[in-house]
Amino acid sequence: MTSEKTMLPQVVGIILDEQAQLTLEELSRACAAHAELIIELVEEGVVAPIGREPDSWRFTGTHMRRVRVALHLQRDLGVNLAGAALALQLLDEVEALRARLRAMGGD
Amino acid sequence: MEFKDYYQIMGVKRDAAQDEIKRAYRQLARKFHPDVSKEADAEVRFKELGEAYEVLKDPEKRAAYDHLGANWKAGQDFRPPPDWKEGFEFSGGEAAGAGTADYSDFFESLYGRGFRPGQGGQASFHAQGEDHHARVLIDLEDAYTGTTRGITLRVPEIDAQGRVSTREHTLNVTIPRGVRAGQHIRLAGQGAPGLGQAKPGDLYLEVGFRPHARYRVEERDVYLDLPIAPWEAAMGATVEVSSPTGVVELKIPAGSAAGRKLRLKGRGIPGNTPGDLYVVLQIALPSADTDSEKAFYRNMAEQFKSFDPRANPGVRA
Repeated sequence: MTSEKTMLPQVVGIILDEQAQLTLEELSRACAAHAELIIELVEEGVVAPIGREPDSWRFTGTHMRRVRVALHLQRDLGVNLAGAALALQLLDEVEALRARLRAMGGD
Repeated sequence: MEFKDYYQIMGVKRDAAQDEIKRAYRQLARKFHPDVSKEADAEVRFKELGEAYEVLKDPEKRAAYDHLGANWKAGQDFRPPPDWKEGFEFSGGEAAGAGTADYSDFFESLYGRGFRPGQGGQASFHAQGEDHHARVLIDLEDAYTGTTRGITLRVPEIDAQGRVSTREHTLNVTIPRGVRAGQHIRLAGQGAPGLGQAKPGDLYLEVGFRPHARYRVEERDVYLDLPIAPWEAAMGATVEVSSPTGVVELKIPAGSAAGRKLRLKGRGIPGNTPGDLYVVLQIALPSADTDSEKAFYRNMAEQFKSFDPRANPGVRA
């Protein structure tokens, strides 16, 4: 009998990093959000895709992460997009301060 | 299965008004939201909270829950009473909270498994399947080498009678080297099946690192604390350090203070721009237990008469 493990389908993942180039359509599918909502997030300055027009926009893996966090905050905490954008900005600042604290030797 | 005290989870009294429940939810959600909170158990607490709110915010579900009686205690062994659901009707609404419905057995025994409105369609039209998301925890060492993980997902399925059940779907996933915490990995075509002839959705895995006893990770850089002896710090030394890429020889410069960071370029998480490995020096002090050890320290004090560890202004009382 072949072991079950060897019969499992094998799939290879692709890391969505800074080189990733997601279109608006791919990003809105991946975030289960309407494209309009993502356009609003771009207008709020939460993410800055490469390209001029929504049709030619390309998003990186980091952009996707930020969009997802913004959407989660909006859905779970009842804040609007501007509020989610503010929370993200403050989270960035907290993270930067923590990193400086660590660099200075504190934990 | 275990009884869940939703009132206790939300920190409200059993007779709390609906707006009080909403306020409690908002407050706790801000505290335990996994994207905001640094609490270790934030994800578990947030999920619990979402489930409690799902029941208590809905007058129908709450009334049914209250009908179980006030004598149940959290964690008690629970079976739904035989007359359960009599006179109650649930309108299977869209779940709030943690997105994909992932409720406890207790919740599912009472309210069933979340039906998703609009998903039971016949294949008369074509629509690409939904994208799925899951989280996967790997060890830091896996990011250096790449790894293969068996991942089990619960996939909702609709049978010919239109009933929803969950099927376990296991995949062997190759996670490439160089992945960092918080990054997503895309597995094309591994999401929900498409309707009609449309393509299936994709599966996204969000990667996290298991906490490591020796290494800390920041973006692509890795930190480790290295204890050294005072004489190694003062006079310099070459020591062996075990790193995620194996044992390396490290030269400690003479006159190194505690907290000094030595950078091993390119030995962080690999990638197009690989990260660096930082070795943070810590000076370990031998204890003075025996008479001869004490005599040694006294002699040292004698030798370093002019040494003032509190020479910096403001340190001295």
